[in-house]
Amino acid sequence: MKKMALAATVVGALALTACKKEAPAELPPAPQSTATTPTPAPPPSGPVPGTQAHFAQAMAGRDTIYFDTDKFNIDAEDQAALREQAAYLQQYPNIRATVEGHCDERGTREYNLALGERRANAAKNYLVSLGVPADRLTVVSYGKERPVALGSNEQAWARNRRAVTIVLN
Amino acid sequence: MAFRTFLFAIVLSLGAAPAWAQETPAPPVEVPDFEEGGLTGSVTDDSAWQDLGIAIPAFATNREAPTPANSQGTTALGLELARVVFNDLRNNGLFRPVGPDALPRPTYAQITAPAWGTWQGRAAEMLVHGYVRPNDDGRLTVGCYLYDVQLQQELVREGWVVAPAEWRRAAHKCADLVYSRLSGESPFFDSKIAYIAETGPKDNRVKRLAIMDSDGANHRFITNGQSTALTPRYSPDYSKIAYVSYLNGYARIYVYDIGTGSQTLVTQSQNPTFAPRWSPDGRTILYSMAAAGNTDIYSVPATGGTPRRLTDGPGIDVGGSYSPDGSRIVFESDRSGSQQIYVMNADGSNQRRISFFGGRAATPEWSPRGDLIAFTHIAGDLRIAVMSPSGGGMRHLTSAWQDEAPTWSPNGRIVQFFRTARNSGETSIWQVDLTGRNERRLNTPVGASDPAWGPVLP
Repeated sequence: MKKMALAATVVGALALTACKKEAPAELPPAPQSTATTPTPAPPPSGPVPGTQAHFAQAMAGRDTIYFDTDKFNIDAEDQAALREQAAYLQQYPNIRATVEGHCDERGTREYNLALGERRANAAKNYLVSLGVPADRLTVVSYGKERPVALGSNEQAWARNRRAVTIVLN
Repeated sequence: MAFRTFLFAIVLSLGAAPAWAQETPAPPVEVPDFEEGGLTGSVTDDSAWQDLGIAIPAFATNREAPTPANSQGTTALGLELARVVFNDLRNNGLFRPVGPDALPRPTYAQITAPAWGTWQGRAAEMLVHGYVRPNDDGRLTVGCYLYDVQLQQELVREGWVVAPAEWRRAAHKCADLVYSRLSGESPFFDSKIAYIAETGPKDNRVKRLAIMDSDGANHRFITNGQSTALTPRYSPDYSKIAYVSYLNGYARIYVYDIGTGSQTLVTQSQNPTFAPRWSPDGRTILYSMAAAGNTDIYSVPATGGTPRRLTDGPGIDVGGSYSPDGSRIVFESDRSGSQQIYVMNADGSNQRRISFFGGRAATPEWSPRGDLIAFTHIAGDLRIAVMSPSGGGMRHLTSAWQDEAPTWSPNGRIVQFFRTARNSGETSIWQVDLTGRNERRLNTPVGASDPAWGPVLP
């Protein structure tokens, strides 16, 4: 994982630097030799890589992990999503992200602010354990203030008990 | 704004108006001692009160004059004053008052010498009379008298001098006078409520800090809604409001100075801070801070200074409400595995759990009378409940889908909370007597949550 990230960084850096006065001693490896190309030629209308729009599109829903009632533990499904998030964050080592913690409406307001922070913190800790530097991550709790599902039923509540990772542009 | 300088209590001189001719001569009666009737102290059985009829006719004026308090002058103001008193006593649920719109208007002379014949014919055991006099400096003098109709006797009187903009406070003081004289309870009508006004759809709520009188009048928005505001608390002297705002993108507590309109942070910490609470003497603020998945309760001097950590454990400890004497704090903690209620000394020592009745218990609030703790009981639905400070005698006050965050009226008689409607998520503020009776909705301009009641204004 780290080697690919390093190669990607090198390739990216060379693509962006100004022309050198002399040819490099050794040609860098061709971009298509690596398994994952970090910067595919973006279509003119696509989101800029390393932005929140690009991140959300790449994650396709895995920027969000879900929790059981009153719980804040990271289950296997959460781990898979967080691994993808970590991979993205390591492809773009200059970007920072915040993890938002949320709760469902079926609890008291102030406790839910605390529980939201707990959930966001659990997600952040897991990302850090996967190698994302902690100083690139912040944590925010919205308690029950920002539901995405509007019903008052189990399905809606399950969708609202979540931690969402947002790339800071 | 210092309310004190606008409101002076005055001693009313004995009325010298001539007595009205009685239809039957009043026989000499022995005046019973009302203090022996069980009317003082803590009233737990209110059934006797609900039959007490009180007539509240319009207040009279000695001189019809224009006043900033009413576009139609002092006579019209007298009617409005009586309406405010009537609504205070009616909504309280303890009495059966009759308001000025259904009663004849007494003359100014009759205020101090009632026409007993007029009132004895009606089913009113008690009679309220009042007057409003315009002073030369533009202020108003308001007098309030309570009479026993059967005995044809004055029970109590008081007067106040108010600025015209404060006329409603004089009416609330009159209602407080009548209420406390008849029930033995402490007053509470002359007080204010801070709360969060809500508009917009459930997934994009606009939440603004707002204040209003205890009856919903004099409503005023404080914040503009660009950042979410939550959980306000009046300082005990009404000069400030501590509340949570997402102004900086995350939960922080601000202390808003009502007079100057400026606000300061309770703490510079970058961690989420929430659940602000004032000590009864207004010198200390409690707050909860979340760091690395753990939330604890801190106290800090209200004027700023070094915070002091009161709880320190792996669970979520949040909230906190002082006992009236400031010696203890009741708070919620999930250290046992679920939200429960604990009490500790004000310095954080001797923390012990007091809720042992099944389900979860949250948002505890100590009554200003010290005798009860109101809280949210979570067992399926969220319901308002009370218990003794030792955790016994738990009983529910409400029974709806989601009621939470109770706070007390200044006299410890009424619990105020907010109710969330299923699906729509719309919120409204409700009040209920500590006996569980007289549950009623408070009128607010838009949706409303997180109500906090300030003390009685001096």
